[in-house]
Amino acid sequence: MYSEKVMDHFQNPRNVGELENASGMGTVGNAKCGDIMRMYLDIDENQVIRDVRFKTFGCGAAVATSSMATEMVKGKTVQEAMQITNQAVAEALDGLPPVKMHCSLLAEEAIHAALWDYATKNHITIEGLTKPRTDISEEEEEEEY
Amino acid sequence: MSNRVIYLDNAATTRVRREVVDAMLPYFTEEYGNASTIYSLANGAKSALQKSRDVMAGILGCDSSEIYFTGCGSESDNWALKAAAEAYRARGNHIITTKIEHHAILHTCQWLEKQGMEVTYLDVDENGLVDPGQLRAAIRPTTILISVMFANNEIGTIEPVREIGAIAREHGILFHTDAVQAFCQVPIRVDEMNIDMLSASAHKLNGPKGVGLLYIRKGVKIRSFLHGGAQERKRRAGTENIPGIAGFGRAAEIAAATMEERTGRERELRDYLIERVLREIPYSRLNGSRTKRLPGNANFSFQFVEGESMLIMLDMAGICASSGSACTSGSLDPSHVLLAIGLPHEIAHGSLRLTLGHETTKEDIDDTIEHLKEIVAKLRDMSPLYEDFMKGGRERRGGKNDVQ
Repeated sequence: MYSEKVMDHFQNPRNVGELENASGMGTVGNAKCGDIMRMYLDIDENQVIRDVRFKTFGCGAAVATSSMATEMVKGKTVQEAMQITNQAVAEALDGLPPVKMHCSLLAEEAIHAALWDYATKNHITIEGLTKPRTDISEEEEEEEY
Repeated sequence: MSNRVIYLDNAATTRVRREVVDAMLPYFTEEYGNASTIYSLANGAKSALQKSRDVMAGILGCDSSEIYFTGCGSESDNWALKAAAEAYRARGNHIITTKIEHHAILHTCQWLEKQGMEVTYLDVDENGLVDPGQLRAAIRPTTILISVMFANNEIGTIEPVREIGAIAREHGILFHTDAVQAFCQVPIRVDEMNIDMLSASAHKLNGPKGVGLLYIRKGVKIRSFLHGGAQERKRRAGTENIPGIAGFGRAAEIAAATMEERTGRERELRDYLIERVLREIPYSRLNGSRTKRLPGNANFSFQFVEGESMLIMLDMAGICASSGSACTSGSLDPSHVLLAIGLPHEIAHGSLRLTLGHETTKEDIDDTIEHLKEIVAKLRDMSPLYEDFMKGGRERRGGKNDVQ
């Protein structure tokens, strides 16, 4: 069901962990729907992402997209990181099953949430960045049979 | 730890026994006659059909004419519910079932609701047990059918079928039970338990896929679901799957004869598994009843980890298991059974079902536990929920996204 690249990133996730004194940190998703992604960014004075770490609670695709997203933002400027879309993350993994595409969206949102945290702390504006959505499924009613 | 496959998904399906395959083979190439014909070539097929019917009747304590072979357990469930709803429509339009039924029942009930039936879905307690008092209270003058599963496929809870049957009989209401998981795992006597209809399937008891049965008590007036020839006492058309039915018969014969010894062994291994997991893996819990439980079923939740990730890692270690996580169901919601027993979503997402079979060994269980300990620890290491928990869950988490 998963591509070899997804399996590789799931089995050997890159950049797992936390960053002490991260420049920006963002958490997206919700335990209720089964996926939570947290991203830590270390950004230098030239707005270059020097280091990145992630932690994810979720399925194989969620772990793999987190891992791939960290590889994609590392060494990039903040502006370049803003250009990374969920499609790009999924493509870099040689595709995801259709039901798992929402996992790649979470990766994009995690990057944005960490950048938002960085921008807020440093009182700067990043072009194209809007305040991250609050919890994506908080208002959803529990489905009953 | 070796590279062999450890199969712990016997509730999903089972490996067909060698003796069962041997019992099936002649009906493909030698005794291949159509059981509806008169020439002697078909005699073998006819007697195989009768023999299997007799075996089932012996196991359930009914007459062999009350056994109808079908294509699968889902067909049996569909037939029982839809045909009963149609046949008893003049008497009423209300069905009582539970929130933890298999989808073959739940989705059929939802379809029946669209046809004008009213359905009550009974709650279950934290162990997955139906409350007979609640059932009694749900009965209306228009109730025509009660359908409660014998044992749950996910958490293994065995329902108080005898009490439910007694209540149904007392009110003159038909009682159907989906016994796909329970058949040949626990003793079932349809008369003593007042069961009017019962669904079972061959591939759950080391028989072939593609064969099921529906027991229909004599006098219950449900009609044909599949129209055509006069097979199965004119109630289920279609040339009989003789190899499959012969295999089902042989599988049930062996499963019934070995039930006490086999399930005793499985129960012992299962209890060993449950005790070790709960003792050796922190923040784990057992889902379902500790005692009223299918002999081969263990269902756990591991906090802070997600089920599909666990399954992939177990698979890489050669271990076949299943989970009630949303990611394995193709929807965004975790198992309806785990939600019905009151688990919060995040705990339900971290569930793992291990179901034992007659081939399961203690070595399988020991290896599985060792792998499981490593896998849960590894996934917790990369889990933001675990990070928050270990830090006391109070630290600010960046952004506005509270994940508690």
